[in-house]
Amino acid sequence: MGIATERTRPTGRPDGTAIAPGMSAERLTLGYGERVVARDLDLDIPAGRVTALVGPNACGKSTALRALARLLKPRQGTVLLDGESVARLSGRDFAQRLALLPQSPTAPEGITVRDLVARGRTPYQRWWRQWSSSDDTVVDAALSATGVDALAGRAIDELSGGQRQRVWIAMALAQDTPVLLLDEPTTYLDLAYQVDVLELVAELGRAEGRTVVMVIHELNHACRYADHLIAMCDGRVVAAGPPAEVVTPDLVREVFDLRAAVITCPIAGTPLVIPLGGRR
Amino acid sequence: MKTALIKTGRPTPRVVRWERGPLGFAVRPRTLVAVVVLVAVVFAGLIASLALGDYPLAWRDVVTGLFGAGPADAELVVHELRLPRALVGMLAGLALGMSGAVFQAVTRNPLAGPDLIGITAGAGAGAVLAILLGGVSTTRSTTYGAVPLGALIGALATAAVIHLLAFRGGTISGYGFVLVGIAVNGMLAASTRWMLARVDIGAATRATSWLTGSLDGREYAHVRWLGYALVVLVPATVALARPYRMLQFDDDTAASLGMPVTRSRIALLVLATALTAAATACAGPVVFVALAAPQIARRLAGTPGLPLVVSGLVGAALVVLADLVARTAFPTELPVGIVTGAVGAPYLLWLLARNNRAGKGG
Repeated sequence: MGIATERTRPTGRPDGTAIAPGMSAERLTLGYGERVVARDLDLDIPAGRVTALVGPNACGKSTALRALARLLKPRQGTVLLDGESVARLSGRDFAQRLALLPQSPTAPEGITVRDLVARGRTPYQRWWRQWSSSDDTVVDAALSATGVDALAGRAIDELSGGQRQRVWIAMALAQDTPVLLLDEPTTYLDLAYQVDVLELVAELGRAEGRTVVMVIHELNHACRYADHLIAMCDGRVVAAGPPAEVVTPDLVREVFDLRAAVITCPIAGTPLVIPLGGRR
Repeated sequence: MKTALIKTGRPTPRVVRWERGPLGFAVRPRTLVAVVVLVAVVFAGLIASLALGDYPLAWRDVVTGLFGAGPADAELVVHELRLPRALVGMLAGLALGMSGAVFQAVTRNPLAGPDLIGITAGAGAGAVLAILLGGVSTTRSTTYGAVPLGALIGALATAAVIHLLAFRGGTISGYGFVLVGIAVNGMLAASTRWMLARVDIGAATRATSWLTGSLDGREYAHVRWLGYALVVLVPATVALARPYRMLQFDDDTAASLGMPVTRSRIALLVLATALTAAATACAGPVVFVALAAPQIARRLAGTPGLPLVVSGLVGAALVVLADLVARTAFPTELPVGIVTGAVGAPYLLWLLARNNRAGKGG
């Protein structure tokens, strides 16, 4: 898909192949106001892989993602990107390394697809350089990578939910960052669009070696499309590793309080969780 | 990638691009045309404001009067009566248009005009208090200072109260700001009415005339003070155009694109408040301009989101033309606020009716 232009990658190897950095978090205490969501949380995000954060509602997975994206300042602990504390990076520098697609983003009224995707170039622009031809190249690549180039002139408000989500992903791609975070990218989409978006995300991880982290509800989707799975419950990490290794009936019971069988998917070879119904 | 999802597109709007070395700009031809046309409309409105009125002047006398070479009466009418008034209207409109764009953009709410969230009401309460306490007249030059000063203090104090009340957890949400503003607006409107009910009829009449937003009796002192304020406030606001554009997205998106969201929002709200305060202090509460100008500007300029400078130009054109109508179209001269209100209220209704249609923008 060739959107990753090594030129802008801050972590290119000397031989020209880009390698995306990993992320980690050490002893994070996270919370909103009086409420503490997570204490002493350690996270390890492998470089160049797709990581899924899973867990029941209110387990702290979205909060953890917000901390990785620097949208929530940890009360304690540090978030490291490529071994550097993210708190020390400037806003512009951080935005050139990490892009986030929020859960329900909103755009100005009447904005067209191309204008929206072009806003992904903001971290590279200045008041005296509001546009450059390389911005155009990257925006074109992002539009075609997400398959929305034919929609470029349409207003966002006119699109279906699935098309709109692709456009937002295109905007995050136009940010041309080695790390991409997505907060529940498939929520509110029907099944076909969910699969469509996940295939796109998996391809971004596999084909381009981006470090992708997504919060996702559907455990089977996580098993199918993620290389690495982090299961959270009550603000702590219960298990982390490749889905085939960590997803077991015991884990599903511990994390989701659900009786389930886990079989190997005959098509993809990944774990498939079959709920057996009834709480434990 | 799947392309089956994609229906036929519409061509992207044309953009003129210019790049040289480290410089690079992109602008829609339509936006440029809107700017040129609006500047021409404002200029034509100014000239017409000088020529038309109870004592119509020939075009030649307007020009010669302007440069101090015409007949003495033309010079008097142009310089003493009409030019300061037209200039105050233009500058106040510019300030209100930009201020409205900023309020609506950073709160992401098209109803967040300074008229509806208490800033203008604060200016009104301050001005009425000044009129009642000092017993001053808005039309006598010796006392022109008290009313604008009262309005300025009233607007800034109100804005400070709204900012403090809306401040939650280290940030100001657009929604919280609008809700607090509407509550404050109600309180101030009530207290202004209470003050008007308590005083003698003469002072109340003068106060009411000020409260409808009149440009009558404006002098060069008003032009000067408003000009000084705008020379500082307009460039400061335009300098924040990038965060202004990005704040029209949700906070998370703006932040992840590298914008200092909280800092920029507060700075922009403070600048917009100061713009409204300055305009209202010099021109009175000219309603609906801040509300309507940005929405008209977006439709004229065809920009994604609300355009900042074009909103200012639309505001200037609106006030200059509305004052011309208020002054010349009726048997007796009306305050400009009545004309902008009469045009603005139906516009607001239309906007509301349109926004109620299921989630459709544009």
